[in-house]
Amino acid sequence: MTSSLTTDVTRESPSPPRFLAGEKVAKPDEGAALAQSEIKISVRDFDFFYGTAKVLHGISLEIPARKVTALIGPSGCGKSTFIRSINRMNDIITDARGKGTILIDGQDVYGGDTDVVELRRRVGMVFQKSNPFPKSIYDNVAYGLRIGGMRNKRQLDDIIERSLTRAALWHEVKDRLHASALALSGGQQQRLCIARALAVDPEILLMDEPASALDPIATSKIEELIYELKDNYTIVIVTHNMQQAARVSDRTAFFMLGRVVEYAETNTIFMNPKEKMTEDYVTGRFG
Amino acid sequence: MKRSDDRSFRIGTGAFAALVLLIVAGIAFELTRQSTLSITKFGLKFWTTRVWDPVSGDFGALPFIWGTLYSAILALLIATPVALGIAIFISELSPRVLRQPLAYLTELLAAIPSIVYGLWGIFVLVPIVRKIEIAMGAKPALGVGMMAAALILAVMVIPFTSSVAREILKNVPATQREAAYALGATRWEAIKVAIGFGRTGIIGAVMLGFGRALGETMAVTMVIGNSPQISASLFKPQYTMAAVIANEFTEAADELYLHALIEIGLLLFIITVGVNLLSRLLIWSTKRRAITTVVMPVVVAEEVPA
Amino acid sequence: MTANLRRRKIYSGLFETLCALAVVVALIPLAMILFYVVKEGFGALNVDFFTHMPKPVGESGGGMANAIAGTLILICIAAAFAVPVGCLCGIHLSEYPGTKFSSIVRFAADVLNGVPSIVVGIFAYGILVLPVKRFSVIAGGVALGLLMIPIVVRTTEELLRLVPGGLREGALALGATRGRAVFSVIVPAALPGILTGILVALARVAGETAPLLFTAFNNRFWSTSLTQPIASLTVQVFTYAISPYDDWHRQAWAGAFLLVMMILALSILARLAVRRLERMNRS
Repeated sequence: MTSSLTTDVTRESPSPPRFLAGEKVAKPDEGAALAQSEIKISVRDFDFFYGTAKVLHGISLEIPARKVTALIGPSGCGKSTFIRSINRMNDIITDARGKGTILIDGQDVYGGDTDVVELRRRVGMVFQKSNPFPKSIYDNVAYGLRIGGMRNKRQLDDIIERSLTRAALWHEVKDRLHASALALSGGQQQRLCIARALAVDPEILLMDEPASALDPIATSKIEELIYELKDNYTIVIVTHNMQQAARVSDRTAFFMLGRVVEYAETNTIFMNPKEKMTEDYVTGRFG
Repeated sequence: MKRSDDRSFRIGTGAFAALVLLIVAGIAFELTRQSTLSITKFGLKFWTTRVWDPVSGDFGALPFIWGTLYSAILALLIATPVALGIAIFISELSPRVLRQPLAYLTELLAAIPSIVYGLWGIFVLVPIVRKIEIAMGAKPALGVGMMAAALILAVMVIPFTSSVAREILKNVPATQREAAYALGATRWEAIKVAIGFGRTGIIGAVMLGFGRALGETMAVTMVIGNSPQISASLFKPQYTMAAVIANEFTEAADELYLHALIEIGLLLFIITVGVNLLSRLLIWSTKRRAITTVVMPVVVAEEVPA
Repeated sequence: MTANLRRRKIYSGLFETLCALAVVVALIPLAMILFYVVKEGFGALNVDFFTHMPKPVGESGGGMANAIAGTLILICIAAAFAVPVGCLCGIHLSEYPGTKFSSIVRFAADVLNGVPSIVVGIFAYGILVLPVKRFSVIAGGVALGLLMIPIVVRTTEELLRLVPGGLREGALALGATRGRAVFSVIVPAALPGILTGILVALARVAGETAPLLFTAFNNRFWSTSLTQPIASLTVQVFTYAISPYDDWHRQAWAGAFLLVMMILALSILARLAVRRLERMNRS
């Protein structure tokens, strides 16, 4: 399913989310090479600089659609920087710039005719520490829709309910949608942030250590969520927790000092890694 | 030996701390004590009477209350958007190199003494306002009046509101803006999220400016015309509480006159203290140290570690 | 780009431009005031201004020598009053921060900070002028000192709190009493900042006019005792500004220029003091 980041759409209100149409995609064989049509994000020779310091070196990855791709590696090795480059969140930081190509559905993210604001609507992000707005639960989820121009209350109610359901939060909050989001527990707030991101119907969901600030029970809820979401979204997740990566992801990339050391099916990375460094890391010899 | 030394340290310094307490209580007490003649003679009518006639001993403070509130509110209407615009520009939009200089310049506005504002007001602002009034067809076009007062108050209030608002915006966590950006917000929409996060403190910043405008004396008295009339017109000369005290205090020939003036001072005290406390409460609930930057403009704002 | 997105981007640019405009709008009066003060004031300065006293009404010439001296004397008295009170109060608040008493005092200092200067003047009038039925230097100095106190209290408390706790513990462990530890170790460590606060407070009260109007009042001549009224730069500028005489107007600008220079000097002094003392502390 193609989507263009720059199509001039004449209708005023956003279309209803795809998951309402109940689409399903057949799963490709395990272990087969990625077919061209299955690649969602294509990264080629991507470097990243903070000022003069080079933090990412020649990253090349192909991230499949409707799968979970995990990025693992020791702290400070560029995983977060990389993931933030995909939706150009690094643009906000002064003196930071990327070089190279990142294509989403064939469209260059850093290309001249890519609109950043539109890009960020199509690529959702969930942060390490949940960051709900100091508004009601309803208003949090509605935020992205409202700035997109949606005013119709019935439409908003609908999408908000579906987003909260998708984020496995609906039943816990359906009776207090207008209560403050800050009254929720840490795990609930993070699921709220996921619902908020889902509401604008992104195709890709970037998650930067989404469960690292949560207790084990909340963490496992998030992991379940990710497993359910991947039917409909391309998910890229940064995680410190190797067991988590092994549990939820289909493919895993091992980052080290700003480079991709190895990238393969998750099973391969954990059971049968090709590189010694990968093996040392996943067996806990360092990191 | 050591314990009694510690005790005498505690009591010694405590005495000076108590002195500060005594001073504040003393102000309230003294203001009340020195206005008893007026309070007992006029009672509550004092606040609703328009007449201010020192010759016949008939005193009513309504014109001054009107003038004070009107000028302060007008000043707020002008100053608040400008101050917030400055705060937003400096903390969110300006290139990094410009931040410190712009902040410094804004706080320079706060360092200029009231009398200098007044001097500039008389000789530069009032003639300009007069030209505007003539152009607008006002009769008589004096130049002095509510418009000049509101304008000069607005300029004086801007740095106070602006520097507190800036501190508040600085303390909004970056993740709030990031969340907005990640959902596809434009830069202004992300700024609105930050303002929403700090809205209580920003209201406090506005109130701080209001308190400042209420108590301002010299600059206002030099441009407002000092005429105790109640008028909604921007062109008519009017009078504020602080201005009448400044002008007539040393002229007050009899005790009743003086007490009437001091009673006005008492009201001014109560209003400004109330507004200031409310504003601090609002700012405190967002951030505490913002107040230090307002109390100490220019130098200390940069030197005291934030 | 959808029409919605285009509209939002236009709004974004529009509001950002308005914010930049706000900065310009605020800087215009600043530039104008400084321009006029320098242009009119500097031009009207001459040796006479610094050495002569005011001439009688209607006569031209003369200067503000007594007013300049008056302001300097008044701020010295203000400091003499406010510095010990403010610092010791601040020390108490920082050493015993949690007590109910400290909270009340802190609250009182905040209230005092918000009191308009003219009201403080009324208070000083009530306690220092009325009982003796005369205006005096002391009354004016105390009025200014009262205005300084909240600033000094707050800076002192804040800065003392910033001194690392290890310093106090070290001193106490060596057998120092509380008082000794504070005055010999902690206060010196925070001294640059405290001094800055005092200088900034001085800069603020040097420009005050309203409270002096009925405490120090004014004096066409030199004041020879602390119980006489005294001229001050601010009150003199005010008197001249509202007068009908052109010559006096020029002198008012000169006085304003001097006032602004004085405040600038105090601010620069404050910054220098910080640097030098910090260098001393480090060596």
